[in-house]
Amino acid sequence: MGLRLATMLKDAAITAFVAAALGIFIVGFRTADTGSGLGFEYHFVDLAIAVATVFCGRLGLSLAANGLRWPSMALGAVLILVGVAPMRMPSDFLHWFVALGGVLLIGRGIWPWATDAVASVQTRPSGERAREIGTKWFGWILLAAAVLLPFMPFVDQKTMDLSVLILTYVMLGWGLNIVVGLAGLLDLGYVAFYAVGAYSYALLSTQYGLGFWVVLPVAGMIAALFGVLLGFPVLRLRGDYLAIVTLGFGEIIRLVLLNWVDLTNGPAGIGSIPGPTLFGAVFSETPPAGQRSFSEMTGLAFNANHRLIYLYYIILLLALITNAFTQRMRRLPVGRAWEALREDEIACRALGINPTNTKLTAFAVGAMFAGFAGSFFAAKQRFISPESFVFIESAIILAIVVLGGMGSQIGIVLAAVLLIGLPEWFRELGSYRMLAFGLAMVLIMVFRPRGIVAHRRPSILLHPPNGGGAR
Amino acid sequence: MSAALIEVEHLTMRFGGLLAVDDVSFSARPREITAIIGPNGAGKTTVFNCITGFYKPTIGRLTVQAGDRAMLLERMMGHEIARKAGVARTFQNIRLFSGMTALENLLVAQHNRLMRASGWSVLGLIGATSFHQAEAAAIETARGWLERIGLLADADRPAGELPYGAQRRLEIARAMCTAPRLLCLDEPAAGLNPRESSELNELLVSIRDRDSVGVLLIEHDMSVVMSISDHLVVLDYGRKIAEGAPAQVRLDPAVIRAYLGAEEDEVPHA
Repeated sequence: MGLRLATMLKDAAITAFVAAALGIFIVGFRTADTGSGLGFEYHFVDLAIAVATVFCGRLGLSLAANGLRWPSMALGAVLILVGVAPMRMPSDFLHWFVALGGVLLIGRGIWPWATDAVASVQTRPSGERAREIGTKWFGWILLAAAVLLPFMPFVDQKTMDLSVLILTYVMLGWGLNIVVGLAGLLDLGYVAFYAVGAYSYALLSTQYGLGFWVVLPVAGMIAALFGVLLGFPVLRLRGDYLAIVTLGFGEIIRLVLLNWVDLTNGPAGIGSIPGPTLFGAVFSETPPAGQRSFSEMTGLAFNANHRLIYLYYIILLLALITNAFTQRMRRLPVGRAWEALREDEIACRALGINPTNTKLTAFAVGAMFAGFAGSFFAAKQRFISPESFVFIESAIILAIVVLGGMGSQIGIVLAAVLLIGLPEWFRELGSYRMLAFGLAMVLIMVFRPRGIVAHRRPSILLHPPNGGGAR
Repeated sequence: MSAALIEVEHLTMRFGGLLAVDDVSFSARPREITAIIGPNGAGKTTVFNCITGFYKPTIGRLTVQAGDRAMLLERMMGHEIARKAGVARTFQNIRLFSGMTALENLLVAQHNRLMRASGWSVLGLIGATSFHQAEAAAIETARGWLERIGLLADADRPAGELPYGAQRRLEIARAMCTAPRLLCLDEPAAGLNPRESSELNELLVSIRDRDSVGVLLIEHDMSVVMSISDHLVVLDYGRKIAEGAPAQVRLDPAVIRAYLGAEEDEVPHA
């Protein structure tokens, strides 16, 4: 026993040494403006606390790995207490860091029990069914929470803004899921269709005075048309080649928007785009001539949050439509053909399925939803420029789909909350927030390599669990 | 002798300098099992790939009798061969949609019929009754096939999780769900144990007799070939070296030479 403890301590000491060696330049020194030029600030206390945490963390992990689960969890509890204790540490981030180390240790202690419990539930005959029901209820609870969110007492404007943003990405994720998750076509230029939708609304509303609800379907159609236009020549390509071409298409659209100044006003963007109306009522304190405002219509006192809440419900509705449509398509022959195409294109061809047409429908439908989301984005922002439609947007949407679990609707919601929410919530961490973002991605890929929700639900069952045959 | 279901005339396939199939002609009749045999590299799979549209033949004509019409396969797109000419196939290395359930695999095979019934998804989206009826009929067809191949209980399991022999049978059932005239099987008995292999024989015979479908078969397993096929075509180095009934081909000196590599004077004459 004593020997093993010595080994563990030595192991922890080595880890702490490595952490110190790596951290000394990152944490220990910082350049600061001293008034007469750049000088050094020394942060050795920070470094010492961080290294001590690493030491305890490594020791705890070794203890847990050797079956000493309780001492390990006790160590974790101590770390959490130190982390949340109101004592002064040189920076807030250190509190976080120490506490997170403790959470990690406790999590490591609980992990075997949790996996055992999950495994025992899943091996029971009712396990499969329990999971079905669990997913179903989880979805409904999530939906109820989303509907009630604006009326929660703790919700402020910042939360609402963030929720609208998250829901936009949920919708984009669901739209891209049709292309990537179901049909298996790697699309790296999805944001192009988002841009087409946004510019369609911006131009049609500012040039021709058309309202949001009129333009919304039109924008979707235009985006779908662009989907077909792009898809037609390139869908013979597969895998990586398709990804490269779609990447190029995304850039082409952005560059056209940037350089076709006569139409799009170039890099200066399009401003004063009208927001969406509710039965003709606008959401502003002083409505333009000939229109009435929401507060006049309802008799409520003007509140700037009304507009935000209205936007929230619009995007919630649009996202739910996307979801319902996708779920329904999955059960139709075309949806099954999409999935079959993802599994094996050659077999599809041998069964008489036209691969080009099937891919084109997936591409067009996915693009249509991006077009809807785009026109919503333009109506929400009231100003758009090509800068909003850069490649990183496509990458984030794709990351949401992949991390959520290809083809899983609820997984995409969770991934969108994580990927869009985390960087916003951790804004206080300053420049460390992208670190937290990266950590979240790495953790998901380590623990759930096939996405958060990797389970595929069959589109139809011959023997449904609640008895009876197929319809 | 009835008219040929598929007529292969002067089929030649050249890959660069390699002559894979050299002027092969044969025909397969409806309600018959025609087997193509030959040593490795004889060009059997190439003939198959030409018939099912995966290759475009360098020279040759492939005619399928569809009702009272003749169709030229070499002029059709890959997916049209299954849809219009009614030629279905399986693959040497099984190509099921492994993430999808057995039932879903059989429904995907009925795609074109269901697609018409769902009004290219419009009727399906609004939930029209006509579509639900068509879907129920498709499920019944699938259920019938699952029963015939003994996989009814496994209908809702992902195809990739099924045992190897079951996957082979499911792939045949999937091809049959496209309602073909001609079923092309590329080594269906490969990797099967003797019991599974004899089950396969029964299935193929029932497809010939009950469903009145012509079967074209590539096979190495001589017990399958000799016991169920009505007609044999033997290829060697891309050329047809013999054709006829199994009993007659078995004694053909050219066939024995191709398989055993014997000198000509050592071959016993029948």
